[in-house]
Amino acid sequence: MSVIVESITKTYGTQNAVDNINFTVGEGEIVGFLGPNGAGKTTTMKILTGFIPQTKGQAIVCSINVAEKPIEARKTIGYLPEHNPLYLDMYVKEYLTFVAKVHKVEAIKKRIAEIVELTGLQIEQHKKIGQLSKGYRQRVGLASALIHNPKVLILDEPTTGLDPNQLTEIRQLIKNLGKNKTVIFSTHIMQEVEAVCDRVIIINKGKIVADDTVDTLQNKGSKNIYTLEFLQALSSAAFTKLSQLPGLEKLKIKTNGLLECFSNNKTDLRAAIFNFAVDNQLTLIGLNKKENSLEDIFKQLTNHN
Amino acid sequence: MLNIFLKEINHFLSSLIGYIAVGVFLLVTSLFLWVFTDTGILEYGYATLENYFYLAPYIFMFLIPAITMRSFSEEYNTGTIEILSTKPITHYQIIGGKFLAAMFLVLFALLPTLLYFYSVYQLGAPVGNIDTGATWGSYIGLLFLGAAFVAIGIFASAITNNQIVAFLLAIFLCFFLYIGFDYISRLNIFYASFDALVEQFGIDAHYQSIGRGVVDTRDLIYFISLISLFLFFTKIMLERRKW
Repeated sequence: MSVIVESITKTYGTQNAVDNINFTVGEGEIVGFLGPNGAGKTTTMKILTGFIPQTKGQAIVCSINVAEKPIEARKTIGYLPEHNPLYLDMYVKEYLTFVAKVHKVEAIKKRIAEIVELTGLQIEQHKKIGQLSKGYRQRVGLASALIHNPKVLILDEPTTGLDPNQLTEIRQLIKNLGKNKTVIFSTHIMQEVEAVCDRVIIINKGKIVADDTVDTLQNKGSKNIYTLEFLQALSSAAFTKLSQLPGLEKLKIKTNGLLECFSNNKTDLRAAIFNFAVDNQLTLIGLNKKENSLEDIFKQLTNHN
Repeated sequence: MLNIFLKEINHFLSSLIGYIAVGVFLLVTSLFLWVFTDTGILEYGYATLENYFYLAPYIFMFLIPAITMRSFSEEYNTGTIEILSTKPITHYQIIGGKFLAAMFLVLFALLPTLLYFYSVYQLGAPVGNIDTGATWGSYIGLLFLGAAFVAIGIFASAITNNQIVAFLLAIFLCFFLYIGFDYISRLNIFYASFDALVEQFGIDAHYQSIGRGVVDTRDLIYFISLISLFLFFTKIMLERRKW
């Protein structure tokens, strides 16, 4: 296991930012770290990188205890902090050289050339970091996290503020890196998790609420969701009748003619809904079935109100 | 430590801060020494740099906090402290690098003033009629005083993410440690009892003592302890930031 988190708790005052969480990440795994804002994602990552100490428990990266041997542990970790702080008055190459020297990288020039190419910084490599657009700054941050060829990559929201093209590129880059590195990255974007990760850890209010592969999570408690649209508003009698269709679990009115209902993922209600419309002389103008996405599962798991 | 040192030096030299700080120091000291009649050597008529060594601490009191105020405040503000703290370097290496970089600037401000020494040396009648020992002692004293102010300034900067607060706090601490204990020792309660002892807590007493041309180990120990103490406080502040 290259990352082991053992019953870590972090307390700020009386509030538990992270509450007794446990997980392990194997070598070469890409793990998506999901959770609403303030769930404790960043705190966990900061503890893993040794930036802040935990209140209880221990973090072990590449069999090194982060709290006991912070310097050793940091050598094996590439970290991209949230908001990607950078020295804006430094030149891209100057900054990368600085980071490489701090990490005691050998053959610095060659390594920087490699990393510049890998992160697609060629055109911008002679500029000051302050002059770069957000997407390129993100690449500089990523480049500096990669420069010492770390075994474990910890990326805190690496894709915020990128345009769709850059998103695809960075995701592809993370995916490629994951072939021989352990990657933990946090995000809010569900498609990203589906596109990049092998495994998802969902955290809410400091506790882990799901830790599974993307596929299992999608199947677990999965539901079919139907959106139906009638030309006219439904009478209450018709509504009651509709809600009593066999297999239908929940019915919601969105606007007058627009409804949403759910069934388990083994039943297909579309025929029944169509027949219901015919029997009640209602004009069905829209009927759409979709499977419960990761996004919905995320909402179910993290929204208890 | 060397990497942090080089990074800081680069920052001083690529921005205007370094040039302005050194330039202002040289301009002000040469104005006072050679142009203004109240404090000028030419009017004074004695071949001595006393006035320069009297003035320099007061100029350092403002300039050094201006150099050091950003050293940690800016890192907190932009979040780059997180980059530094998650690299395989210790806090002492970060602090040491920043301390040495600021010292480098202080040294650069002092070096050109050796020209004052040379000028007065040549102007003396007969040539060389200047207390060389005392002058060298004073230069060493000034270097230690600068180092103490740098340590204080870095500590003030590690307390807050607001550069202005760091600046003002550093000025106050420098002033208090430099001359504050002198004034306190003259209070009635200490008069003729502990006044000599209280005075020894201040920088001025030791600066004066080295300035007489005798580099006493007691003074060196005082300066080295003061500097280490403030750098140690800085490390505590950096760790406290982690909650």
